[in-house]
Amino acid sequence: MVFAVIIIISFIFLNAVMMGYLERKIAGHVQRRLGPMEVGFHGILQLVVDGVKLVGKELLVPVNVDRTLFRLGPILSFTPVILPLLVIPFSEKLQARDLNLGLLFIVSMTSINVMAILVAGWGSNNKYSMFGAMRAVAQSIAYEIPILLSMLAVILMANTFSLKEIVEAQQKIWFILLQPLAFIIYIISGVAETNRAPFDLPEAESELTAGFHTEYSGMGFSLFFLGEYTNMFTVASVATVLFLGGWHGPTLPYGEYLGIVWFFLKVYFLLFFMIMIRWTYPRVRFDQLLNFAWKYLVPFSLANILITAVVIKL
Amino acid sequence: MKRYFSDLFVGGKSLVDGLVVTLKALCQPIVTVQYPREEIDITPNFRGHIDLVLDPEKNTFRCISCGMCERSCPSECIRVKGKKVEGKKKKTLALFTLDFTKCSLCGTCVEICPTQALEFSNEYNLAAFSKEAFHYDILKRLEERII
Amino acid sequence: MYSKIMRESQLQEHNRFFLNMGPQHPSTHGVLLVVLEMDGEYVLDPQPVLGFIHRMHEKMGESRPCQGFMPNTARMDYVCALPYNHGYVSLIEKKAGIKVPKRAEYIRVITSELNRVASHLLWLGAYLLDLGAFTPILYGFDDREHILDILEDVTGSRLTYCYYRFGGVYQDIDDKFVEATRAFIKRLRKRYDIYEKLVTKNIIFIKRAENIGIISPDMAIRYGITGPNLRGSGIAYDIRKNEPYSVYPEFDFEVPVGERGDCLDRYMVRVSEMEQSLRIIEQALDTLPDGPVRSKVPKKIKLAPGDCNFAVEAARGELSYYLVGDGTSVPYRLKIRVPSYSNLSCLPELGQGILLPDLVSIMGSLDLVIPEIDR
Repeated sequence: MVFAVIIIISFIFLNAVMMGYLERKIAGHVQRRLGPMEVGFHGILQLVVDGVKLVGKELLVPVNVDRTLFRLGPILSFTPVILPLLVIPFSEKLQARDLNLGLLFIVSMTSINVMAILVAGWGSNNKYSMFGAMRAVAQSIAYEIPILLSMLAVILMANTFSLKEIVEAQQKIWFILLQPLAFIIYIISGVAETNRAPFDLPEAESELTAGFHTEYSGMGFSLFFLGEYTNMFTVASVATVLFLGGWHGPTLPYGEYLGIVWFFLKVYFLLFFMIMIRWTYPRVRFDQLLNFAWKYLVPFSLANILITAVVIKL
Repeated sequence: MKRYFSDLFVGGKSLVDGLVVTLKALCQPIVTVQYPREEIDITPNFRGHIDLVLDPEKNTFRCISCGMCERSCPSECIRVKGKKVEGKKKKTLALFTLDFTKCSLCGTCVEICPTQALEFSNEYNLAAFSKEAFHYDILKRLEERII
Repeated sequence: MYSKIMRESQLQEHNRFFLNMGPQHPSTHGVLLVVLEMDGEYVLDPQPVLGFIHRMHEKMGESRPCQGFMPNTARMDYVCALPYNHGYVSLIEKKAGIKVPKRAEYIRVITSELNRVASHLLWLGAYLLDLGAFTPILYGFDDREHILDILEDVTGSRLTYCYYRFGGVYQDIDDKFVEATRAFIKRLRKRYDIYEKLVTKNIIFIKRAENIGIISPDMAIRYGITGPNLRGSGIAYDIRKNEPYSVYPEFDFEVPVGERGDCLDRYMVRVSEMEQSLRIIEQALDTLPDGPVRSKVPKKIKLAPGDCNFAVEAARGELSYYLVGDGTSVPYRLKIRVPSYSNLSCLPELGQGILLPDLVSIMGSLDLVIPEIDR
């Protein structure tokens, strides 16, 4: 059990590094240029070198800040997003812990992220950071409801909260084919929860000079950074588990363990999609964002549940 | 009510179109050049700092140290001095310096020279650690080019 | 305005505060300070503060002979420098009675219009960068690179051109220029599709730009707004048509006009202007006459006593030079009326009670270049 936890944590760092590299390369090629090329073969060590640089920077604590809150912010942002990975079934035998209420656990952990942003924004004693933090809170709260409602549709179909059983229930047909609307709603809300473009107002670079993490330097900033990528990974893996059939795929030798290969392919496909969205669309204005959540996503997800319930009853 | 749905569909379609554009750009070749490992050729018309022209027949400069360039420069960055040499009627050029930190590459000196003794060089990748590195001694640069 | 800052302690009772969109900011295109009095997310009163990049160009124009001012004209607005060159050169030619050969006039029009297209491409990218889209600026720069290469071949510089001279242009264009320009026109026409799909039709962009920052025609005239901002509000005033100069009367082009005067209309006007500029360039290339490119000009130009004025259409609006001569070759007074100064002056009225992202969108759509405001 402890072994699994250690593996997961070290795996997360590797994953964040991989995703960071992938994002910069894709961003480069979308903009008709190469991404990082200097360090390593085609820049593959770029994020490692960046990490070393960030660790080596001075940990500034500005005057007049609430020291406890200031230091607590990044830690609070990074830790709760690792925990959901303990319950995700990477393959048939590779799951750290199969909780009966796995999905509920995941949702509650991702909600702590809101508090982390608020703590960081408030503790920075900076008007810009406070702005970013307040926007983030409103955004996260508004987008949690469509996430829950779209997950609810899958739960109705699979009849269980445990992630392992949800994956096993997709033996015959993946849920994305039965619930396309829930999938779309979940992906959009997931992107909004992780504060990625086009919903990245809390860290709107051109308006608020980096929003709630303006005052952080070095390790604090890199913790936020890692937290954001891990959050993206969590959202993508939950989407894979719920809709894309988890580790199901054409059978491989040692199928119980190597199901992880299919899992990762699906997760990285979703991550590729999320990265592409960031580099294509402009930012949504704040009230339009909330408008979209309340007027479009919530009614559609409610209607989706209604239809699902009716169909199941019949 | 109809606008609600039409907004949604038109909007959704526009988002998908945009994504198709970026996906296509992802597969297209890059348009940048990895400077400084690869360099692009510079057009000969590029305006670098001025240089004295090496006259191929006389194998030396054409400058008669009249000082027109020094007087007409709006930034006052050229210094020209001539000196009397025995055996020659006119002055010969003794000093020609250019303070490139002030030059605005307007081309007045090149045009106004009566003997067309000045031209633009092609140097574009200039970097140094001090301002003095850009106080060019143009006469010395010419003398290095004389074979 | 400074008295307002003193009042900050009083304001805190009402939950309002001052925010500095400071001189260093990714969204103000240059060094501009906008002091915002904010109430939560709403901007109550934006006050621009200028002067951070004042470089005394007008004083330089009054302390050296008129030939020596040429490099300064390009440095005021470096994004679209050739119309600035054009205005100053035409002003001195009008004052001193110098004639310009036909070929030189055509070359001036072609290069000015190319520069206008480059300026609008940069504006498009920068506006979308303010709104949060990171790729259209690079696509715009890709196209702009071709223009810069074409102009580098003929003028020698890429950004701060010093190409026009009194009586013509510095050097002639050759066939390579004509071919490259025609190839570029064909290429840009094919790229409109990309911008259309990625930006113009994008629902997120439309929602950020529609019905935002509406400038009514009356307000535009009151503030002296010119250029695409004025045309976006519905008034079809273009110096190239209303007070024609150079050889513009010989070309057939339209003046695109918007309807409502919001950010989206200003965007559409600029995109259409790019197409109209391409039309002008095509016609000019087709009918390019032969001949000299420079006429004989005395070495020292004496400016007769009296004043003189000349207006051109820069990419941002009406640019006009005003000169008072006193008999020597050094002007007594040189005044430059820049378009961005008047365009910026409508910001306090437009920005009453709007959201901060809207303010960013409005400032982006006004196409301000701060170095030209401060000169």
